Amino acid sequence: MGRPRVEQAALTPGPPDLRPRRTAAAERPREGTPPRSLTPRRPDAVGWRRGALGRATVAYLFLAPALVLLAVFTFYPVVFGTALSLFDYNVISPPRYVGVSQFAALWQDRYFWTALRNSGVYLAVVPALQLSAIVLALWVRRPLRGIAWFRVAYYVPVVTSIVVVGLMWRWLYDEAGLLNYVLLRLHLIGTPIHWLSDPGIALYAVMLVTWWKGLGYYMVIYLAGLEAIPSYYDEAAALDGAGPAARLFHVTIPLLRPSILLASTISILAALRVFEEVYVMTGGGPIFSTYTIFYYMFDQAFNSLHLGYAAAIGVVLAAITALFSAVNFRLMRQGGLSYY
Amino acid sequence: MYALLCALAVVTVFPFLWLLATALGSRGAVFAFPPALVPHPATLANFAGVWRTMPVGRFFVNTIYITGMGIVLTLLVSALAGYPLARMRFPGRDQIFYAIVASLMLPQHVGLILNFVTMMRLHLVDTYAAVYLPSLASVFGIFLLRQAYLVVPAEIEDAARIDGAGELRLWAQVMLPLVAPALATLAIVEFSAYWNSFLWPLIVLKSPDRYPLAVGLLYLSGLFAHNTRYVAAGAVLMTVPVIAVFVALQRYFLRGIMLGAVK
Repeated sequence: MGRPRVEQAALTPGPPDLRPRRTAAAERPREGTPPRSLTPRRPDAVGWRRGALGRATVAYLFLAPALVLLAVFTFYPVVFGTALSLFDYNVISPPRYVGVSQFAALWQDRYFWTALRNSGVYLAVVPALQLSAIVLALWVRRPLRGIAWFRVAYYVPVVTSIVVVGLMWRWLYDEAGLLNYVLLRLHLIGTPIHWLSDPGIALYAVMLVTWWKGLGYYMVIYLAGLEAIPSYYDEAAALDGAGPAARLFHVTIPLLRPSILLASTISILAALRVFEEVYVMTGGGPIFSTYTIFYYMFDQAFNSLHLGYAAAIGVVLAAITALFSAVNFRLMRQGGLSYY
Repeated sequence: MYALLCALAVVTVFPFLWLLATALGSRGAVFAFPPALVPHPATLANFAGVWRTMPVGRFFVNTIYITGMGIVLTLLVSALAGYPLARMRFPGRDQIFYAIVASLMLPQHVGLILNFVTMMRLHLVDTYAAVYLPSLASVFGIFLLRQAYLVVPAEIEDAARIDGAGELRLWAQVMLPLVAPALATLAIVEFSAYWNSFLWPLIVLKSPDRYPLAVGLLYLSGLFAHNTRYVAAGAVLMTVPVIAVFVALQRYFLRGIMLGAVK
């Protein structure tokens, strides 16, 4: 729950036979062929008849740990967390029903609006990331010598702890840090830039780190998407006389739509819930210039112990997330080729 | 082409080299102009120093314990749950599967608050178990394992049944070895997830001697604000295992991520 689980969000309920080529041809998934037909002849059935009921019990026993954990730590907290937004709750005294008054308070809360605006700006990371990740995936897809090592180099930031990344960039961004040094030497700037202490710049500086850390992850998603496109589309277009640019924009990119939809959805979710980079690098400052909506929820819940109010913020965030995901879904679906 | 690729590789890898240079450097200000990229003389004094003055060893043990328990239990839960979903027929199977997958759509951040309350009620705040418990039922893991069980040929199962294997033995002795590649993929992906987990341990752990490296390192950077080289040494110590595992197993690692992406 609390750890970065982007790899899980990458799942969509799809057809089970979309495995990579290695396995697909050799062993076709055999869904719906459970060993049911064999039960009557099983030797161990003698003396103890295990019918449909026994079989179901065994199945539920196998599932029990996962289902209990999901119920307690995923379904229950989301359902009751949503309900909690209607209660005043501070852990110590029992919850007190206050209706929608906390949402009304949010409307009046200027920190909430500041946070909302910052999170809105943060969304600009999404198109930047997707665009550069697509370009990068097209680059590293070529069978160049040593290309695997370039992929590794681009992916290393993804597997690095956000704390290490944040500290590293804090030093790079330092007034006397490397970034300023390079820019000064190239005469691009006259005086050092206060990357993280200038309220007008800090948010963009943190967004750059999100871009830096996420690039490799989305690159891999697009690589997988490109792999899944059968090559005969491209070949057919080439035969018809389409140049490389035309093939890219009229064949590859449209066929990549499912991946773009998936990656941009994940990215929108991540951008709206950004917290860790901010927490490590700026702590929401200077003067709330990097204070995001998730940060506000965290502060209210775990620093001020206004759990009900935090839940209300969480519900608003969930609604905004759903809205942006829906808009994105519409945009990316439009005119898309249904080729799966 | 190579020039572009190299330029970008510099952008992604260079900060790590600078971190390493800072950790290995011995004298002079960290933010000297021009920044020293090749420290001379290079020294391990900062590593020894941070190890001596701060409970970095303790953070390491905590991280290893949390990561180890997390991986083993996640694998177990996924391997158990994926099996009936793939190979048994029972009422509610498809509904359960869709409910599990649908849980990805839930606004998990709202649940974060209540999970903390749950941990308080269970008196688990400030325990290791609180860190890994909410992550054990991995939807990705259950999905991955279900896919792996699906492609096991029915003949193998038939043969085991004719030999008289019960359901548990069939699972443990016949099926598990066959889905070992999927388990390995899951283990690799979960390794970096548990090793790097930060937000949730930050919330449920209260005493510094239980911190994993991610939380401990930030704590350390607060205490040693004046000694950047110590903090850099700590950061290197935390990063080396996960990058080593990634580089050594990158093909499986990236395949795991790609599997998740295509599905």
